[in-house]
Amino acid sequence: MSDKRTGAQILCEALIQNGVDTMFGLPGGAIMPFYHAMWEYRSELRHILCRHEQGAGHAAEGFARSTGRIGVCIGTSGPGTTNLVTPIADAWMDSTPMLAICGQVSSAVLGKDAFQETDITGITMPITKHNYLIKRVEDIAYAVKEAIFIATTGRPGPVLVDITKDALQASVVPDYSKKIFLPGYRPTYQGSKKQIKAALELMLQSKKPVMMIGNGVMMANASDEVMAFAERYQIPVITTLHGLGAFPQDHPLSLGMPGMHGWVHVNRAIQESDFLLNIGGRFDDRVTGKASTFAPNASIVHVDIDPSEIGKNVEVDVPIVGDAKLVLLSMLEEEPEEAKVTQFQQVAAEWLVYVRELQAKHQHKQQYLNRPDTSVMMPHDVYAVLTKEMNERGNYRVVTDVGQHQMWAAQLIDWYRPRTHITSGGAGTMGFAMPAALGVAVAHPEDTVWVVCGDGGFQMTNQEMIVVVQENIKNIKIAIINNGFLGMVRQWQELFEGKRYSGTPLTSPNFQKLAEAYGWTGITVESGDQIDAAVQQAYATDGPVLIDFRVEREVNVFPMVPQNKSIGEMITE
Amino acid sequence: MKTHILVVLMQDHPGVLNRAVSMFRRRGYNIASLAVGHTETAGISRMTVVVESDHVEQVVKQLYRLVEVLKVSDVTDDPTVEREMALVKLHVPSQQRAEIVALAEVFGAKIVDVSVTAMVIEMTGGPAKVDNFIDMVRPFGIKEMMRTGRIAMVRGARGHSGADLVDTGWQNDVAGAASAAAQ
Repeated sequence: MSDKRTGAQILCEALIQNGVDTMFGLPGGAIMPFYHAMWEYRSELRHILCRHEQGAGHAAEGFARSTGRIGVCIGTSGPGTTNLVTPIADAWMDSTPMLAICGQVSSAVLGKDAFQETDITGITMPITKHNYLIKRVEDIAYAVKEAIFIATTGRPGPVLVDITKDALQASVVPDYSKKIFLPGYRPTYQGSKKQIKAALELMLQSKKPVMMIGNGVMMANASDEVMAFAERYQIPVITTLHGLGAFPQDHPLSLGMPGMHGWVHVNRAIQESDFLLNIGGRFDDRVTGKASTFAPNASIVHVDIDPSEIGKNVEVDVPIVGDAKLVLLSMLEEEPEEAKVTQFQQVAAEWLVYVRELQAKHQHKQQYLNRPDTSVMMPHDVYAVLTKEMNERGNYRVVTDVGQHQMWAAQLIDWYRPRTHITSGGAGTMGFAMPAALGVAVAHPEDTVWVVCGDGGFQMTNQEMIVVVQENIKNIKIAIINNGFLGMVRQWQELFEGKRYSGTPLTSPNFQKLAEAYGWTGITVESGDQIDAAVQQAYATDGPVLIDFRVEREVNVFPMVPQNKSIGEMITE
Repeated sequence: MKTHILVVLMQDHPGVLNRAVSMFRRRGYNIASLAVGHTETAGISRMTVVVESDHVEQVVKQLYRLVEVLKVSDVTDDPTVEREMALVKLHVPSQQRAEIVALAEVFGAKIVDVSVTAMVIEMTGGPAKVDNFIDMVRPFGIKEMMRTGRIAMVRGARGHSGADLVDTGWQNDVAGAASAAAQ
């Protein structure tokens, strides 16, 4: 291997060596040498041509979130990379391992406002875990290695590598052997034994304990350990939006989702708890409500791999810095006095009975569920059918966008398996779902990937539908919860702004015809009694299907905690 | 808000200062003073930053999130030597020269340039002393002034040497440790 390679060839080989087999992107002037070289490696390195770099970025996110592997997206200099900014920011907020490869103008004209020149490393500095501007062909191989290492270890996140065109074109004998040298980057994986003992001691003294699991559990693949720990101590489990699926929803210890659109009994349980063990959640304001009022009586243990998350939003009694899986394993190794454990289990069981009573009392307020009259199509009816079909058929993953439909999906679909619920949480990026589903479908050809999205978000990135056709992807089905509004904003306008529907009523194209124009199967559903047949048809169709569910227009997501209120203050109808 | 003095050791890479400063800006931490330079160890830069924050622990943790940051120390409550330098150009007619020279001597300031109607004085010292000197010369008429950021060093043998990081294995291969942990 002493032959010279171009920078672009080295880039391809470095990607392959570091475990990349799929990339989403668009070519352009500065990145062209990479596309030229990519052709030689196409059997190992699949490139999926998207229609907009934002789509490529979200597809890489979907790929990464559903697999735990690095998601790779590509854009050319200038607008090609600025279009990647939204997905990079999204990956940053949701700790998604992503590598963005960007073409840059040649080093000779760098800094001279050359055609399609943009300072993308400067732009993305606050929204990447790290980024690089590579101007020498000798630096490419190592930069790729280090970038993927940083993106996938510790708290995962997006890393951007910007490479000048002349570096991609120049040739050198590649050296892939350079060892990673990152003296300032040493993530802590093992939790402190002392802290773990203190946490357990605190827990065993408590009478109203809850455990809350978030994205960190998903990222660390720690579902089994969560299960083992919960069952060992019989502690009830709360799953945040990004924790959905990490603990099976039908488990007797599962309580459900907390927060702004969480269940009343879950928020009440948090507010009344005297012990809260948060594993891999970052106490986002959508979970805590007004942070100073969150879990006022609880001793809080916070397990997070990122020390900066601990104590950022909520004061913590026992901080544990570490990987969710390894910390849980250490916690399971501890052997407290069996009598204490038994006593704790009994107390926890009584507490759980109380929480279930709360649940029974408040569950009936989930209006629309299981109501006999279905002549008017509520969004809930769509979810009921989807859930039934998904449960019966299995092998599903659901990608949601942002807004009302997203919260209904989180509330109403049954989540059993990790990495089956993929959504834009932290950044709240409308337009995420369709392209992200592309990445999920490519990574999981055996699963049916449902896109559940609103009519607003769908129109932000629906151009990626054609990629599905070009790549002959058949396992994507789209359910548009079409209410003719930017629904969540409309809901806030209804509840808090005197129904002034400013900028929210939304005209849409005929989605069925749009789907057909893209070569998809399109279905329009206008009444509740057609839902079942449409979903059956979607499953029976060997190819991508879009269903436009024209649901009742002004329906609200409840329960709801108004912004900056305590999660104890929920609006339920 | 409390004022903190942070000493930050970081890899001497292009853009590293930008990363640190950009983090301060976007998280809303107010930088009162900033000084950056090389250290005794090749490849390691040292930044002294005076920051106003009631959440300095968060500031420190956010600095540590930057991949190139090696060590952050809050030396606010440590015994330190702190220095700033100011260059002050004064309007000085010849009859006032003697007075200025005497004043500079009292403060241990150096006169580094003299012309017919002006003088440039170099003043080095702790922030309070520099402030004080400037107050004293202001009545003479300051034509120009430039102050550096504050630099700080802990007194005694203990400290923040880049060489210490080398000794404690800053060249270790983290990949090995991380992959072992990831299993």
